[in-house]
Amino acid sequence: MEIASHQKMSSDIGLPDALRQAAHRSDACVSIRNLNFYYGETHALKNISIDFPDRQTTAMIGPSGCGKSTLLRVLNRMYDLYPGQRAEGEVHINGENIVAPGQDLTKLRRRVGMVFQKPTPFPKSIYENVLFGVRLHEKLSKAEMDERVEWALTRSALWNEVKDRLHTSALGLSGGQQQRLCIARSIAVRPDVLLLDEPTSALDPISTLKIEELVDELKRDFCIVIVTHNMQQAGRCADQVAFFYLGELVEVGPSSQIFTAPRERKTQEYITGRFG
Amino acid sequence: MADEPKHIVSSFESDLKKLHDMIATMGGLVERAVADASTALLDHDTDLASRVIEHDPKINAEQHNIEQFAVRLLALRQPVADDLRQVIQALKVVTDLERIGDLAANIAKRSIVIAQVASTFSLSSLGQMATLVQQNLKSCIDSVGEHNPQKAVFVWRADQAVDDLYNAIFRELITYMMEDARNITACTHLLFIAKNLERIGDHTTNIAELTYYAVTGESLPDFRPKGDNTAAYMPTNAD
Repeated sequence: MEIASHQKMSSDIGLPDALRQAAHRSDACVSIRNLNFYYGETHALKNISIDFPDRQTTAMIGPSGCGKSTLLRVLNRMYDLYPGQRAEGEVHINGENIVAPGQDLTKLRRRVGMVFQKPTPFPKSIYENVLFGVRLHEKLSKAEMDERVEWALTRSALWNEVKDRLHTSALGLSGGQQQRLCIARSIAVRPDVLLLDEPTSALDPISTLKIEELVDELKRDFCIVIVTHNMQQAGRCADQVAFFYLGELVEVGPSSQIFTAPRERKTQEYITGRFG
Repeated sequence: MADEPKHIVSSFESDLKKLHDMIATMGGLVERAVADASTALLDHDTDLASRVIEHDPKINAEQHNIEQFAVRLLALRQPVADDLRQVIQALKVVTDLERIGDLAANIAKRSIVIAQVASTFSLSSLGQMATLVQQNLKSCIDSVGEHNPQKAVFVWRADQAVDDLYNAIFRELITYMMEDARNITACTHLLFIAKNLERIGDHTTNIAELTYYAVTGESLPDFRPKGDNTAAYMPTNAD
């Protein structure tokens, strides 16, 4: 697999820019084709095709009920927990169609980490919170576990603040710290994709900026998809922005283009606050 | 743009409208300055010329107000997409308008000298150039107010005619200077006046380019039809 991707990269040399970009696009970490999603009779996502490239941040924006969170829920098949909800189409994560039957959902959810709007620390120590997912999937020695905790907390910019109280309750942390702990818990299992569903909507401005800085850091290692209602945040954090409306993907493009000169009128009306 | 839905925050909508009105007011002042400076030159009206010079600080003050207002809008509203482009356009357009005001004041100053040296030269070519520059400036300021990219492109292209006239005047004045060294004072002032008009034309095309960008989100090509080739002009002795 690695050899194949290496060959692909070296065969890119000498290609015109546009072709090289197209080749890279097909290497996207997450590639969604003709995805339809239904909550019972309700058609919540309509024929969505989009790529989330590796080592890039994609922001999904759109009014409430437009399908952004539904799409996130498809990516780790959280909808499987509810009867009557079904997805049709293809969602490839590193080449594997994860909506096809027969998927090992526990493994899938290790590959696709998710952080929610409100911090969700478990009523355990900081140390145990970080290792919660790791213990399900891996058998590590004490030294390896210590190392993993330090790695995850360092990557989520929390290590210096908590290194002296790793064995105290996570519930004693501030809201912003709790959210960074949740990010640490998600990345501790070394996922391919990190999904962030409005990760800063319950945080103060400084904690928000810390999370944004963190997203910027983390995209070096992960494919990140963030749902946000904060337009400036989408502009600051994301490499590409996708605008959803009524279950349809209206426009996707580089964030610099979406926020200075969107192509679609609907996008323009939404981001400038002239909606409906 | 007129049929665009209104902003949900009505105070933002009214801020954008206010910005718009401020630019229209400044545009009006600048148009007036160019028109008065041209009339003062052609009619040897030194009083009118003095008024143009006196009014220039008003234009500068208006620029300052608009810049402050636009910066406040950026800080408080964080506009995006066409709103952002409009605010950026405003910030840049006022610089061009202010320069046009300065050039008009400079024409007015020189017209006082021209009136005193009782020039016998025909000013018809300069008059023609001034009329053309004023027409373009008016269309350009209208295009800003109407968010009209077609009108902006028309103005952008029309500057070529201004450049052609400037080339003709340049040659004509050089000829007068070569004929009689006593003409040099008046002709040098007239040459600067022509150059100022030509520069006003250039600032006008800048505004047209900004308008096109603000409305469409796309830039006009870097290449603009240009006709000022006086930089390479060398009179031959045979003249």
